[in-house]
Amino acid sequence: MLGLAIAYLRDRALTTFLNVLLLALAVATLAILLLFSSQIGTRFERDAAGVELVVGAKGSPLQLILSSLYQIDAPTGNIPLASLAFLRSNRAVAQAIPLALGDQFQGFRIVGTEPAYADLYGAEFAEGRMFADAQEAVIGAEVARATGMGLGQRFVGSHGLSAGETEHDHAPFMAVGILQPTGTVIDRLVLVDVPSIWDAHGIHYGEEAAGEEHARHDEHESHQEHAGEAGMTPEITAVLVKYRSAFGAVSVPGMINRQTDMQAAVPAVETARLLGLLGAGVEGARIFAWLLAATGGLSIFVALLQAANAREGELALLRVMGATRAQLFGTIVMEALLIAVVGCALGLLLGHGALALAMGASDTLREVGISAWLLHPGELAIVAAVLGIALSAALIPALRVVRTDLAVTLARTR
Amino acid sequence: MADAAGTPEAAAPVLVIAGLRHDYGSAAVLRDFSFSAACGQHSLLLGPSGSGKTTLINLIAGLLAVRHGSIRIAGELMAGTPAARDDLRRRRIGIIFQTLRLVEALSVTANLRLAQKLAGRAPDEAEIARLLDEVGLAHRAGARPRALSQGEAQRAAVARALVGRPDLLIADEPTSALDDANAERIARLLVGTADAHGSTLLIATHDARLKAHIPHALVLTPIAAEAA
Repeated sequence: MLGLAIAYLRDRALTTFLNVLLLALAVATLAILLLFSSQIGTRFERDAAGVELVVGAKGSPLQLILSSLYQIDAPTGNIPLASLAFLRSNRAVAQAIPLALGDQFQGFRIVGTEPAYADLYGAEFAEGRMFADAQEAVIGAEVARATGMGLGQRFVGSHGLSAGETEHDHAPFMAVGILQPTGTVIDRLVLVDVPSIWDAHGIHYGEEAAGEEHARHDEHESHQEHAGEAGMTPEITAVLVKYRSAFGAVSVPGMINRQTDMQAAVPAVETARLLGLLGAGVEGARIFAWLLAATGGLSIFVALLQAANAREGELALLRVMGATRAQLFGTIVMEALLIAVVGCALGLLLGHGALALAMGASDTLREVGISAWLLHPGELAIVAAVLGIALSAALIPALRVVRTDLAVTLARTR
Repeated sequence: MADAAGTPEAAAPVLVIAGLRHDYGSAAVLRDFSFSAACGQHSLLLGPSGSGKTTLINLIAGLLAVRHGSIRIAGELMAGTPAARDDLRRRRIGIIFQTLRLVEALSVTANLRLAQKLAGRAPDEAEIARLLDEVGLAHRAGARPRALSQGEAQRAAVARALVGRPDLLIADEPTSALDDANAERIARLLVGTADAHGSTLLIATHDARLKAHIPHALVLTPIAAEAA
């Protein structure tokens, strides 16, 4: 009876199409929400990389976490280079990694930092080596893939965190290393040393400042000569901190927030807050999507009920000709399930496709690093639920058909 | 209450009805009705509305349960559970109703294919093609029922009823809505195809025009009129 069910669906193609579309939209919305909410949580957890504290300029702690840890938002400002030494001198601090932000290459952020930053994410080299000199750059796997960057290739960073701004022609970088994919934020970054960022912005730094970072920048006078913006001093954007012991979590944030002009933000706290905010929005959208799915189910119910009424006579005659009650019941149920199966398939394709398109069109979404074509086990649950809705919608029309009194029906319609 | 006119030479009976009685509540519709139709015999079941034609057809087809008396189709008793009656009907009887009830979503060929399958026959495209040719619908094999004229649809319904190779072909008011020319065409078609397939034909109708084609007729009269 599968052929008959397909024939019935084709016979009222517009209704079938609209029902499929309704379910597809619901499934697509649910899939997008599922992929987004599940991947963003995992992504944030991976990108936090065990960093226990982020120290940066005063402002929104969430913004500081987003900009310095997840590389999404704009930084809150800069902090004096001396703050790095200040943190490193604290006995509760096991590790302090500086970050200098502000430039990008073709939309990918250039981060001035130290080799320890790559170690945070367990990054390994696909080719080349770590930067060891000014203007040397290490390229994240996604950056290399998207830009086609190869070892030895020179490139110029642009000022600002989005593509298309002023280029720092005077301070080109050279790719000396390409990292293997890690599935973390580092895949989408270009890593250089901190003094290279200063060079790009024409910030004078002396032996002392350079020595704070690396004592290896003696030869960079030439870069500094054509920069020369009087009054600008070497600064960094943030410092990622790991504690030596649990005592650090008690003493260090309070000390920084009360006694310095900087702020200390705890990633775990801010991320939980962010996911809570996102979660409320996601839940709202999820309820809407399930309502859409229920509407799809209701639409299938109405269509099947109307069809069952319209076909009452011919279905009764099929019974007279030898069709069993189970066969007719199965035909009606099959119609609903076929709509649901096609709706689910189309919905999943739409959901993943829409996410991929959105990733291509939105820098923010790309920076979040969601994998649009990754399948989530929860999608099976969505499909099962939608099939359940369709099955429920088919039950009453199907029961109505099998309970038909043949003699009465054929007499009435004769 | 039943009157047989011109009983033909009896062969092996395909339909045997004995002592049949049926009531709706206190109203009797059939009383002590007996009838026998041999293999290949054609009979008319004539009578006005309310005479019990439809009830009798429903009882023969197993759509109503026989409470008093018995009906045998090709030797098998039409009795027992609805499923048992359904099975006997499926194997032995083809029915054409006044409202044809072709499956609108399927082509003429697909309607016949479905009927063949429901009758428990093996798929036989050649037989379907031959039947459509017989009823003059070969050129409309791929058409949907809604694209057919009334006459074409009627012929398609005859072909569908015959595709299961029934022992007994029942037609209920097949010509009531037709003009004389079409009524004659359908009558010739039913008789001709039933003859060609060796089916016993029973037509319930109040259309006396069919007497010209099927002289053997049972005349049913309403019980109340009979009593008066």
